[in-house]
Amino acid sequence: MSAQPANHAAPDLLNVEIDGKPTQIRKGAMIIEAADAIGVAIPRFCYHRKLPIAANCRMCLVEVEMGGKPMPKPQPACATPVAEGMKVRTRSDAALKFQKDVMEFLLINHPLDCPICDQGGECELQDVALGYGRSVSRYTERKRTIADENLGSLVATEMTRCIQCTRCVRFTSEIAGTYELGGMSRGDNLQIGTYIGKTLETELSGNIIDVCPVGALTNKPFQYKARAWELVARPSVAYHDALGSNLWLHTRRGEVLRTVPRDNEAINECWLSDRDRYSHEGLYAADRLRAPEVRRNGQWQATTWDDALAVAAEALRSVPGGELGILAHPATTDEEGDLLVRLARGLGSPHLDHRLRQLDFADGAAAQPFALPAAEVQEVRAALLVGSDLRREMPLLNHRLHQAVKKGAKVYAVNPARFDFNYRLAGEAITAPQALADALLALARAAVAEGAGAPAALAEAINAAASDEGDHAAIAALKSGKAVVILGEAAVTHPQASWLRALARFIAQATGAGYDELPVGANAVGLARLGVLPGNGGLDAQAMLAQPRQAYVLYGAEPPHDFADGAAALKALRDARVVAFSAFAPPALREVADVILPIALLPETDGTLVNVDGLAQQVRAGAKAPGEARDGWKVLRALGGLMQLPSFEFDDLAGLRDGIVARPAAPREGRLAPRPAAAGLTRLATWPIYRVDAVLRRAGALNAHPLNRAPAVRVNADEAQRLGLAGAAAVRVADAVLPLVVDPAVPDGAAWVEAAQDSTATLPPYGAAITVSKA
Amino acid sequence: MKATGNYEQVRHVDPLAVLSEHTRHHIDHWVAKFPPDRKRSALIQALFAAQEQNQGYLTDELITAVARYLDLPAIWAYEVASFYSMLETRPVGRNNVAICTNISCWLNGAEDIVRHCERKLGIKLGESTPDGRVYLKREEECIAACACAPAMTVNGHYHERLTIEKVDEILDALK
Repeated sequence: MSAQPANHAAPDLLNVEIDGKPTQIRKGAMIIEAADAIGVAIPRFCYHRKLPIAANCRMCLVEVEMGGKPMPKPQPACATPVAEGMKVRTRSDAALKFQKDVMEFLLINHPLDCPICDQGGECELQDVALGYGRSVSRYTERKRTIADENLGSLVATEMTRCIQCTRCVRFTSEIAGTYELGGMSRGDNLQIGTYIGKTLETELSGNIIDVCPVGALTNKPFQYKARAWELVARPSVAYHDALGSNLWLHTRRGEVLRTVPRDNEAINECWLSDRDRYSHEGLYAADRLRAPEVRRNGQWQATTWDDALAVAAEALRSVPGGELGILAHPATTDEEGDLLVRLARGLGSPHLDHRLRQLDFADGAAAQPFALPAAEVQEVRAALLVGSDLRREMPLLNHRLHQAVKKGAKVYAVNPARFDFNYRLAGEAITAPQALADALLALARAAVAEGAGAPAALAEAINAAASDEGDHAAIAALKSGKAVVILGEAAVTHPQASWLRALARFIAQATGAGYDELPVGANAVGLARLGVLPGNGGLDAQAMLAQPRQAYVLYGAEPPHDFADGAAALKALRDARVVAFSAFAPPALREVADVILPIALLPETDGTLVNVDGLAQQVRAGAKAPGEARDGWKVLRALGGLMQLPSFEFDDLAGLRDGIVARPAAPREGRLAPRPAAAGLTRLATWPIYRVDAVLRRAGALNAHPLNRAPAVRVNADEAQRLGLAGAAAVRVADAVLPLVVDPAVPDGAAWVEAAQDSTATLPPYGAAITVSKA
Repeated sequence: MKATGNYEQVRHVDPLAVLSEHTRHHIDHWVAKFPPDRKRSALIQALFAAQEQNQGYLTDELITAVARYLDLPAIWAYEVASFYSMLETRPVGRNNVAICTNISCWLNGAEDIVRHCERKLGIKLGESTPDGRVYLKREEECIAACACAPAMTVNGHYHERLTIEKVDEILDALK
């Protein structure tokens, strides 16, 4: 028997040779992927590894030899699949000639305005023209110009510079899923635009700036601010949601001028949401505090750190430990969070919490890492969203789910309003907030009917529910393969969150789906792990306000916007002594605080954030805090030291980190909040995408974007009729007068009033009964 | 091409209100010819029907309504409408007169016919008469009637072996 021919390639791997370098790559890959993998540079404009292939710029033409015979024409490396034994020459005389000729065509209509172009110095066209172009243009005819479009407050356009690579068109279609840009007209007149003239409404619009290889689409807030070579790039992490997107801060002399994504396949791939990209504007808001201030005889005075810390220490010592409440913003870093635990213990207060937007604490739930990692959400076959406007709550997680939907995944939603998704839902149950648990009970009933055993605490309620065909279809889909149940912010902050959580967990367990609960706040997972939670006999964030304390520490939280019940927060704080650690000093904070200690925000301080997957990401300070503002951990160290509290003896960050210990709290499984019978009109409160924290609320360009809707009371047409509001332009809710918007997305029995706007922050909280009358 | 700026006017357009029953019937007929997930293929015919309904040109409202009726992203309809020269995206006269000026017709006197029409109607190629009766289409390329050059189409109907007298007769008969 003769020896079998040796096949060294693994199955489905092909042997190819690029510029004389042999390599192996999977079947179906394109030449450009093989070249990129071994570091052979092929010039390209339209190819992008995350976008579908267009092959319309022709810059990547290469010479290809198959089976010893050269192919008769040059081949585009981005659209030519590899084949066994293929030999590719990217730098041969012929290949270079092809590339040079294409380059010349691409430059025909491109203006020579590099000196006034924001892309200058970081432009793919500049770079490739330098490497592959002629030094002199032979083109003497008129260049074409193209009318500009206003794409809104985030993306600046100069469409004459466009080379029609269509990366932006493919981005808005395939990644953003909003189909907002297209190629208009044809041939030499092809132009990229919206045709109709609209603002880009995707929450990921800034990425078209990154994918644009020329200066046609640039960063609008950054326009004309700096040149690429003046900037220092510092790695950091986004802090407006718990995904923890990796990013680069581009700074000049300590000031963040722009933000761009830092590749991390497991978290944000190469994308960044607009929220994370443009929030840096908020760092430099007019009410940013530059020096400590104390209130004396009703007057605010700037003062020294020594004085301010002494005032703060006196205020904290003036009340017994049990009368002190500590409220931390859920984006507080691990380092600061641990020191807050030490402070609470040192002062003898059990009242410590970071769950400021949570209303239901019956099950004692705090944020947990995802059971199904964020990156794997892309691979699910089915998903159930419970109380989630995922696009706005965590834009890049929604992007992962969108990619799954494109591959055929079915997404079901149980929501308190018809939220706007950039993909089609397979099924949707929309009920007013007070009936949300009932809708979920129907699904649970279907799961029980399919053979799952209901947990004792839920059994009675589940058996009383009735399920329909849609519920059974959803359960069957969740059972059909890899699946995930996502509990969104509209469920976590719901007044019956314990029910929604228990039911969602049960459905996940009954169907074998992963259970992913969105942490509310960038470091909610980390703070929960460190025990920034009520101690023994301690009051939770709501109870602390309902049973007012004599003194409070506010850490990074801005009243009333950051609280589930803004009015209750203001009321409790107004009557107490308040030591506020805050980067900003807005009027509402000045009204309640006695001393404000200016602290650095995340881009300006060293700290650790724990993301949805439980991944602790340590970041270094990338920018300078303004004026006298100091790192929060240093301020806490100084305050603790001044009061001679234990565990504050460390000298530096390393010493602090050595002392950090996890203090996992046991959730009270199975405990449920009472469910009062539904009656009347209840408020649906969601946090607008660009208003979830103090920095975002001060980011000008984001707040000017249409995703940030003007405050309004939204009800559907029938409900407006029933309430006698038909035709009314403005309505009165509690003590506020707001515009009325008739919105078919809102279910009967609900009035949707978004939170965290100045005019809505003190209205009755999410799920509360409200009355709406003609103003 | 400057953006039209009509987004606010068309964002809530109702296709059933904007497209006539006849137009919708025409679209349904074409949709049925393609697989269910390939409705995009029916765009050209759908837009053409909408154009006919509106006596010769498309408005942003109509294009958006077509996209919505077909359940497609509106931008796809805008792309198609701006791509094809037989789809008019600005107001033009109700009778579409397209004189072929490609090589066979040109050699047989198409230029004289164009000049005559321009003088007779008082408009240039690409313009419409002020009363909205006639639209002289700009630079119509070969209409595949070379054997009977010079030729033109009027509202899609062919007129061949044209003479000045014949053109006069045809134009005068347009309502």
